[in-house]
Amino acid sequence: MHELGIVKHVIKTLEEVAAENDVRRIGSVTLRIGEVSGVVVEQLVDCWNYFREKNALVRGAELKVELVEALTRCTECETVYKTVPQGKICPNCGSGSTYLLVGNEFSIKEIEAELNGDPPADGQGGRS
Amino acid sequence: MLKVIELKRTVTDSNDRDAALLRGELKERGIFLINLMSAPGSGKTTLLSRTITDLAGEAAIGVMEADIASDVDAARIKALGAESIQVHTDGMCHMDAGMTRAGLEGMEDRPGIVFLENIGNLICPAEFDTGAHKNVMILSVPEGDDKPLKYPLMFTKSDALVITKTDTLPYFDFDIEKAASRAKALNPDIAVFPVSAKTGEGMRAWEDWLISSRGEWNDA
Ligand SMILES: Nc1nc2c(ncn2[C@@H]2O[C@H](COP(=O)(O)OP(=O)(O)O)[C@@H](O)[C@H]2O)c(=O)[nH]1
Ligand SMILES: [Mg+2]
Ligand SMILES: [Zn+2]
Repeated sequence: MHELGIVKHVIKTLEEVAAENDVRRIGSVTLRIGEVSGVVVEQLVDCWNYFREKNALVRGAELKVELVEALTRCTECETVYKTVPQGKICPNCGSGSTYLLVGNEFSIKEIEAELNGDPPADGQGGRS
Repeated sequence: MLKVIELKRTVTDSNDRDAALLRGELKERGIFLINLMSAPGSGKTTLLSRTITDLAGEAAIGVMEADIASDVDAARIKALGAESIQVHTDGMCHMDAGMTRAGLEGMEDRPGIVFLENIGNLICPAEFDTGAHKNVMILSVPEGDDKPLKYPLMFTKSDALVITKTDTLPYFDFDIEKAASRAKALNPDIAVFPVSAKTGEGMRAWEDWLISSRGEWNDA
């Protein structure tokens, strides 16, 4: 299952980022996922909800997903069109000489994090 | 209060770095690693078996079999007298660099060619760099010559395309020229080898490519 591997890689990347930025705990993670990246968002969320409990850094962290609409450009007539549902053939001139402009991405956009040295977020001593 | 940290990192970043590291480590050990990918049943194990037999005496070949759970392929390779190890991915649909490194630690430290027989799947393995020096994919005649249109990423990432089971060409509408030109449209540098692992037709060109690729890598 593809989503399982992806979640493992997301967590590995977050561990690196946490070490670099002195992060104690992550509250949320925002992913940007292209419409034609092949990732099944519901499965990804399921895998995330399972794996986040096994890792203190991301325990309870919310996974937010920003879907990126896929766009294709035609090299013959320069038309930019929606990849879904049109596909590889340009709707304007019928050429098959097209390429995907955006829509294949899979990146971690940002995280919300508690840094080492921040007051604990569980209420005692923190802001109300 | 949580602080927002912007990352803009692709998810495969850490694997990409790990893979680059592994490529260097293997160079030190003299191991030329080839990642072999295809759909299930395309003929990976059969191609490897034939290649091992043909190249006996010319190159030391080892095989790392990645499978979700079974180990029948490793047994097939061992029966030929080649070194083979089995890695179980526990449900994962691809090998990544970390899993490949862990698997290779169980291999004898002997210069030569090691094949990673990746999980049978044309999507996920293409997205994760295993640390291999060359990526090779198999397309078998019964699968059809339109596969490059359906799974473009795999063709883009491969250095060589082996078209197997050419002995079955009379029974299928498979056009080798079409398959090759569709693959080259996606990846102009891809080397294409039509072979039959059953009759041996075309095997020598593929094996020569292996030997010369390893030579170039060794001298680089
Ligand atoms: N006719 C023919 N059959 C082949 C050839 N290569 C593999 N096969 C058959 O295809 C099936 C799957 O082969 P296998 O090597 O196990 O595929 P893998 O799952 O990719 O490792 C087996 O029944 C093989 O005998 C070939 O070149 N010609
Ligand atoms: Mg096999
Ligand atoms: Zn057009």
